[in-house]
Amino acid sequence: MNMTTALARLLIFPGLLFAVPAAWFFLWVERKAVAMMQGRIGPPFMQPFYDFIKLLGKGTPPRSGIGGMLMRAWPLIAVASAAGAVGLLPVLPSSGGFQGDLILLLALMELPSMCIIAAGFSSRSIFGEIGSAREAVLSVSYNIVFLLAIVSIAASQHTFSLEALAQLPASPLRVLGILALLVCLPAKLHLNPFSLPNAEQEIYSGPMTEYAGPELAMWELSHGLEWVAATGLVATLAAPVITTWWLAALVFVALSFGIVLLLSVVASATARLQIDTTVRFYWQCTLIFAVLAVASALFMRFRS
Amino acid sequence: MNLWNKLMCYSRRRSPWLFHMNGGSCNGCDIELVASLSPRYDAEQLGVRLEGSPRHADILCITGPITHNAVNAIKTVYDQVLGPKAVVAIGSCPATTNVFIDSRTLAGPLTKHIPVDVFVPGCPPRPDAIIQGVAMAAGILAERAAKKQPIAPVVMPLVGPGCSGACGCGGGTCSTPSSDAASEVQQ
Ligand code: SF4
Repeated sequence: MNMTTALARLLIFPGLLFAVPAAWFFLWVERKAVAMMQGRIGPPFMQPFYDFIKLLGKGTPPRSGIGGMLMRAWPLIAVASAAGAVGLLPVLPSSGGFQGDLILLLALMELPSMCIIAAGFSSRSIFGEIGSAREAVLSVSYNIVFLLAIVSIAASQHTFSLEALAQLPASPLRVLGILALLVCLPAKLHLNPFSLPNAEQEIYSGPMTEYAGPELAMWELSHGLEWVAATGLVATLAAPVITTWWLAALVFVALSFGIVLLLSVVASATARLQIDTTVRFYWQCTLIFAVLAVASALFMRFRS
Repeated sequence: MNLWNKLMCYSRRRSPWLFHMNGGSCNGCDIELVASLSPRYDAEQLGVRLEGSPRHADILCITGPITHNAVNAIKTVYDQVLGPKAVVAIGSCPATTNVFIDSRTLAGPLTKHIPVDVFVPGCPPRPDAIIQGVAMAAGILAERAAKKQPIAPVVMPLVGPGCSGACGCGGGTCSTPSSDAASEVQQ
């Protein structure tokens, strides 16, 4: 991947120019789907955009010292890493990539939740600290399944390049891996039934409690970009191999939209689980998924 | 006004986030506020969102006659809401202390402690009146931020069955501030 394609991917498609409107669109789809499931009409199409602009125009509380600087930095790091993760997705055919970009993608997708944990603790609000502790516990439990699912798909093909993974033919292992990823997404995106870190009826806004104005706008944006990155990862793994570039882009967008819709409907149809139930769910039930995936990956590897 | 200011003004009007605070209310108004977000009234169509943290909110919704216990909390929360902000007093209690008038546990009405932008009268007000009040407050907030001048508080007319609107009615169930109480509050 040379410099120009890298910049084009980061800034245009599937990077910022595409990802920011897509993030707003997905946030809207989430709210609208929940509203429609509840028999309401829901927010207008441009709502996340209005919210973003309004938050940019609000004040921020005075912050001083190293803690204050860190608090300002976390949302920016989260946005940057989420945007980078979106830029790495191999949406267009033969768009270039490098050996090991899968690992970079996983690291970048993990950074926003690390930032959330750090933000909650550095805000020193009791609600923020509880939210961060919950996020930490949650991320320990779902990440094992999430990583094992992806790594098993990669290991079966002897490659850590996203481009090569996206071009795999459909196999039972891939279906298993995608299912395991889908089970992890609600926890990664803080949706019901695993919306523990930002459980608004229990701990106000969790790690975001002390954030306001432009900083909060950045958090909303990074949340939206996380939506795009997480659903995009599943979409690229699930998409069939297509060589026409516009068709590939279209299939990518349609698949991501479908996943967003699925997740929002599940979110509005379920209630929040307790933290211990959630952790038990991920350790007991979905670990079986992951073990199956790893076993079949090893099996495929030795057979080939 | 240039384009960015116009967009900002429009966005402020279209995205009022609420923080709800109970100043010793009997819980009637609180239920109506929550009802205004329910499927039947669906305030989210106007972009309204009930937020968990006062830091996120634009509009502070206060119910109840303001007890001594609540005063400091209300002042703190008012300072925690970042500008531009607006305050909506929901129900007759924060405007006049209503049926609790002359109680020694009260430090009300609300205007003694923080500036109020919209009064939504009623005991309790109907959810549609609350939504209208919030929409008016969002308009006031956007205008004030754009023009940087103070805007006089608004007392909404009472909406409900059997009330003419200009309320001095004494009609049994209706306990809005009487018209002179309303104008007193306005000053
Ligand atoms: S206005 Fe009426 S319903 Fe509302 S808090 Fe006061 S007494 Fe209760």
